[in-house]
Amino acid sequence: MFAFSSFCRKTVLSVLIAGTALGSGLSAAQADSTLTIATVNNGDMIIMRQLSKEFEKTHPTIHLNWVTLEENILRQRVTTDVATGAGQFDIMTIGNYEVPIWAKQKWLAEIAPTAAYDVNDILPAVRSGLTYQDKLYALPFYAESVMTYYRKDLFEKAGLKMPESPTYDQIRQFADKITDKSNQVYGICLRGKPGWGENMAFVTSMVNSFGGQWFGNGWKPMLDSAAWKAAINWYVSALKADGPPGATSNGFNENLALFASGHCGIWIDSTVAGGLLFDPKQSQVADKVGFAASPKGAYGKGPTWLWSWNLAIPASSKHTEDAQTFVTWATSKEYVQLVAREKGWVAVPAGTRQSTYDNPDYQKAAPFAAFVKNAIANSDPNGQTAEPRPYTGAQFVSIPQFQAIGTQVGQTIAAALSGQMTVDQALSASQASTTRTMRQASYLR
Amino acid sequence: MAVKRSRGASIAIGSLGWIIALWIFFPLFWMFLTGFKSEVDAIATPPHLFFRPTLVSYAEVFERANYWHFALNTVLISVGATFVAILLSIPAAYAMAFLPGKRTKGTLLWMLSTRMLPPVGVLVPIYLIARDTHLLDTVVGLAIVDMLTNLPITVWMLYTFFREVPLPILEAGRMDGANRWQEITVVLLPLAVPGIASTALLSMILCWNEAFWSLNLTSSQAAPLTAFIASFSSPEGLFFGKLSAASTLAVAPILIFGWFSQKQLVRGLTFGAVK
Repeated sequence: MFAFSSFCRKTVLSVLIAGTALGSGLSAAQADSTLTIATVNNGDMIIMRQLSKEFEKTHPTIHLNWVTLEENILRQRVTTDVATGAGQFDIMTIGNYEVPIWAKQKWLAEIAPTAAYDVNDILPAVRSGLTYQDKLYALPFYAESVMTYYRKDLFEKAGLKMPESPTYDQIRQFADKITDKSNQVYGICLRGKPGWGENMAFVTSMVNSFGGQWFGNGWKPMLDSAAWKAAINWYVSALKADGPPGATSNGFNENLALFASGHCGIWIDSTVAGGLLFDPKQSQVADKVGFAASPKGAYGKGPTWLWSWNLAIPASSKHTEDAQTFVTWATSKEYVQLVAREKGWVAVPAGTRQSTYDNPDYQKAAPFAAFVKNAIANSDPNGQTAEPRPYTGAQFVSIPQFQAIGTQVGQTIAAALSGQMTVDQALSASQASTTRTMRQASYLR
Repeated sequence: MAVKRSRGASIAIGSLGWIIALWIFFPLFWMFLTGFKSEVDAIATPPHLFFRPTLVSYAEVFERANYWHFALNTVLISVGATFVAILLSIPAAYAMAFLPGKRTKGTLLWMLSTRMLPPVGVLVPIYLIARDTHLLDTVVGLAIVDMLTNLPITVWMLYTFFREVPLPILEAGRMDGANRWQEITVVLLPLAVPGIASTALLSMILCWNEAFWSLNLTSSQAAPLTAFIASFSSPEGLFFGKLSAASTLAVAPILIFGWFSQKQLVRGLTFGAVK
């Protein structure tokens, strides 16, 4: 028994010593030029990580440390880090929603690329989303807008022809005709999963085209307007009649899976899906996909959709110069060429550089390239809605409160879609909750 | 007293047990299966039960991340946090079980109530403390937080186990001249080994599966397997095959560990339940 007590003491001591040694070893500071990069697990980012070995070869004093996280976790993680100035990351992958808001808070370091970088080659709409008070605070890695995907074989069979620039009314008629629920073919797939970046990205873009908007003069919420009602009625009714079951659970990935496995006739979503749907390794309908512009509603104009994933340097980074060297390398024309050489033209990051779209090899490899470029050029995030608006942003509102507001409204719209409430009830609840939040945030008095 | 059951009731209870066990096991089985599917097979509707198995997802997982680095961190964090938690819980539970004061019950309840707090509520203060003490992204930092998170549970469990130890045995030890240290280490602990083992096992499992603090307090150096899994989820693109492969790799060690120690775990959890 006393042997047990002695064993305990020895074990405690040795584990404590080992623990301390291990802990101090693992937490030891690394070389000065090690950059920690926080990124998402998207195809383009995975390629960047693979090809970054080339960067390390040409920059032997800079080492790269990668932290790959799911989008929502990444957002929470980097926000905590940047807001507390912890300096855990030297480069962050953030969206064009965050860039101006964080730049205003002085959380990001300004980026000043050299002349060789050719900043003027970046598509103007994308560049403008990353600029705050005429200074660049991030460089775009890839960008996306919205377009319509459809199944050419189903259209042919039904004797239909998709116009290059359809209207929402036409989309509904086509969806009605090609829906064949007995064979699990659904005329239309749209995002239904609640979230400011999920269903509300599509809904906001659609509402703009119907002549609606989030806020009017003096930041007055306008969710109970006739345009919102018309848009949400279209959305709910189309998905109920022609959509897949359980549409409120479907986000981008779920719809991608449905379309890629042959269950959707029409899908309106991010242009990034083009490359995935045309890839026979990931899509069973790769040779049957057609594409068209994002549909138009009654208003026919208005901002559509612009999202870019960008590389930014937090102000708390201790290696801003090296970080800028990497960021400019990963978003350069030379990097695009490197991806083309190593992975093929279809794999190059889309939506950021004019030179990519001018390249005949890219045009050949990505038949949807012109649509994507036009969609981005027409996304018009700073453009005007049917009535004057006090905010910018295409499929989001560029204020810090929008994440909360968008998700809350997204939930009520999902409730209307699942039949828990009517469209009128959902919009009046959304109007009330948005008014409350805006009042709490002192936008409204 | 033995309870006599009819044959029909035994079959019904046995079948119910099997159904519940399969119900619980099915998601794990499906995850294991999906890890061997191609991405297109993984999303197929209706799902394919029979398919051509492939190791592509596993190959990609190993190519894209250093699994052993994450696994080692998980082991260090789980073992370290559990060890210190048990070390601190034994004297705390001893004091509460054998030397109860006026506020012992209140203290126990208060300790447990800290588990009811949503962790995100204290994220910012803990993050700031970790930042200022240079414990961000360190194994020690995360082990401390995991240990503190599990401490109420380990104290409670040990308290319950210690209460089952008859007081006269401890008193006999005292009569034989044992001091407090000897009373705990020589008399009490050997009697409570099954309880301590099951408490340690539960704490290990909780630390292994802990995701919130792992994702928020680590980035690259000290990231455990929960962060490894999170890195394979993607907002744009198909990932179920890779995610399933990564999840299988992450849960496999603790499942095997649990399988081998299930006898000890059940023995500990039912310790004192039947008199």
